[in-house]
Amino acid sequence: MSNEGVDTGRRRFLTRATVAVGGAGALAALYPFLASMAPSERAQAAGAPVEIDVSRLEPGERLTTEWRGRPVWVVRRSDEMLERLRTQEIRLRDPDSDRDQQPEYARNLYRSIREEFLVLVGICTHLGCSPLYRPDAPAPEIHEQWTGGFFCPCHGSYFDLAGRVYAGVPAQLNMAVPPHRYVGDTVLVVGEDEGEAA
Amino acid sequence: MSGNAQGGLLGWIDARFPLTRMWNEHVAEYYAPKNFNFWYFFGSLALLVLVNQIVTGIFLTMHYKPSAEEAFGSVEYIMRDVDWGWLIRYMHSTGASAFFIVIYLHMFRAMLYGSYQRPRELIWILGMLIYLVLMAEAFMGYVLPWGQMSYWGAQVIISLFGAIPFFGDELVTWIRGDYVIGDATLNRFFALHVIALPLVLLALVVAHILALHEVGSNNPDGVDIKQHKDKDGKPLDGIPFHPYYTVKDIFGVGVFLFLCALVIFFAPEMGGLFLEYPNFERADPLATPDHIAPVWYFTPFYAILRAVPNDLAGVVLMFAAVIVLFFLPWLDRSPVRSIRYRGWMYKTALTLFVISFVVLGYLGTQPAGGLYTLLAQVGTLIYFGFFLLMPFYTSWDKTKPVPDRVTG
Repeated sequence: MSNEGVDTGRRRFLTRATVAVGGAGALAALYPFLASMAPSERAQAAGAPVEIDVSRLEPGERLTTEWRGRPVWVVRRSDEMLERLRTQEIRLRDPDSDRDQQPEYARNLYRSIREEFLVLVGICTHLGCSPLYRPDAPAPEIHEQWTGGFFCPCHGSYFDLAGRVYAGVPAQLNMAVPPHRYVGDTVLVVGEDEGEAA
Repeated sequence: MSGNAQGGLLGWIDARFPLTRMWNEHVAEYYAPKNFNFWYFFGSLALLVLVNQIVTGIFLTMHYKPSAEEAFGSVEYIMRDVDWGWLIRYMHSTGASAFFIVIYLHMFRAMLYGSYQRPRELIWILGMLIYLVLMAEAFMGYVLPWGQMSYWGAQVIISLFGAIPFFGDELVTWIRGDYVIGDATLNRFFALHVIALPLVLLALVVAHILALHEVGSNNPDGVDIKQHKDKDGKPLDGIPFHPYYTVKDIFGVGVFLFLCALVIFFAPEMGGLFLEYPNFERADPLATPDHIAPVWYFTPFYAILRAVPNDLAGVVLMFAAVIVLFFLPWLDRSPVRSIRYRGWMYKTALTLFVISFVVLGYLGTQPAGGLYTLLAQVGTLIYFGFFLLMPFYTSWDKTKPVPDRVTG
């Protein structure tokens, strides 16, 4: 076939235009497939709040429940544990909870609404393991300055009894405090703020 | 092709499909160097394991249920109630580890004899892509039984992507298909494990072999056999792949299958290395096992991840440890290929590299902390030192003269 008398500029333009339009079409067709992998409507709806009766918790005891498929812990800290929290001299990465790992109402020394009740998402902020609860102190086999808290066996991250991360461990962030509120004296609702009370 | 038109069925096919031509090009008249040694078993063995994984995998899917509710139970069902199900499942799980043993030895061979050097860079890159896909394939396969290690291993590995700045969290949710690892995650991993990745793997394997047959095989001397040909244009130091190497490889297959059978029948869990004990417990999203370690073939990289006391840096370093291998053909500045003619520098470096890889592999199976973390940091340093210093020590190294022809 001869290329004589062919307007190559026009041909090149048409080729490129076809590739561009076809390519855009292919990219657009990709979107539904990628979007289909995002959490479905059903998965999104499954994140309903959870109610917990905290009156049965003894001081020092921890309760594990599930919210959005993740473990949520409620720890009732004893007076002695709160005292340890006040007096410990551990180097923490974010002692004042500056990073956004808790609702505004939990940005305090105890990282909680009520001093004694600590509510945490029980997942290590490093790579998502669930740390072990080790309220006993001292425990030199965990850490020489251990004052009680949470220890992640996966990669060796330590958190104090307010879920604050120690300095120099793999995890960078304090453990997350989920949105929560109290209904009356004994019922804790996880997954809902005071602001959006149903 | 010989040219004389054959009759019969073969002739009929050859007129319509290049069957004889392909057979000759890739098997009967593919001239490979005559001095292949032990290290050259692992290419064909990898192919064998791939076939094993595909065949046993097909039969496992006939009974396996890819849902968070039923997965664990269906694997137990395969093990207990399906006739010979235990054998097929152990062939598949042992095959996964065997695949990595064979591939690691195959890669080590390339490092011994400089098989990645010009003109075989593309063979190496295609091989590395195979390795990458294989890692994804093995990881997703390990999630399918939905045991404790499946679940928490997936939790750790998927969370790695959360370290990516700006869109890490969104990416992790998209990969999981839910706010947690769950049914959606398991289901998509099943789809990727049994369809998507095997297809990619097969295509890459074909490309790997085509690229190899285009430039010809390297050999333990690292000399080019195409430099010396007889009057028919056949390399003087080459022998046809079939029957010479097919027979040699069949012997290798015999020994290999014997060893695999030992594992399958007597130690399918391999003391917790091939199948970790916590994985015989059903996945529990609320309780992490006391000690999480990946399966042995990932542990060197896992040790590198943990050696760094920083999220993002650890993840970056871990991926870098795999990616750096892609650049091997350009990091190596040595004028010779084979270790036989290299100087003491490369020999020392390669030895240190192998030691660091094995030590990192061991550390990755152990709990982190104290001396082990320090050791992992030293190992990481040596691992990267091997690659990043390679341009220097390979060009300073004193090499020996390379013979003209292969040496037996």
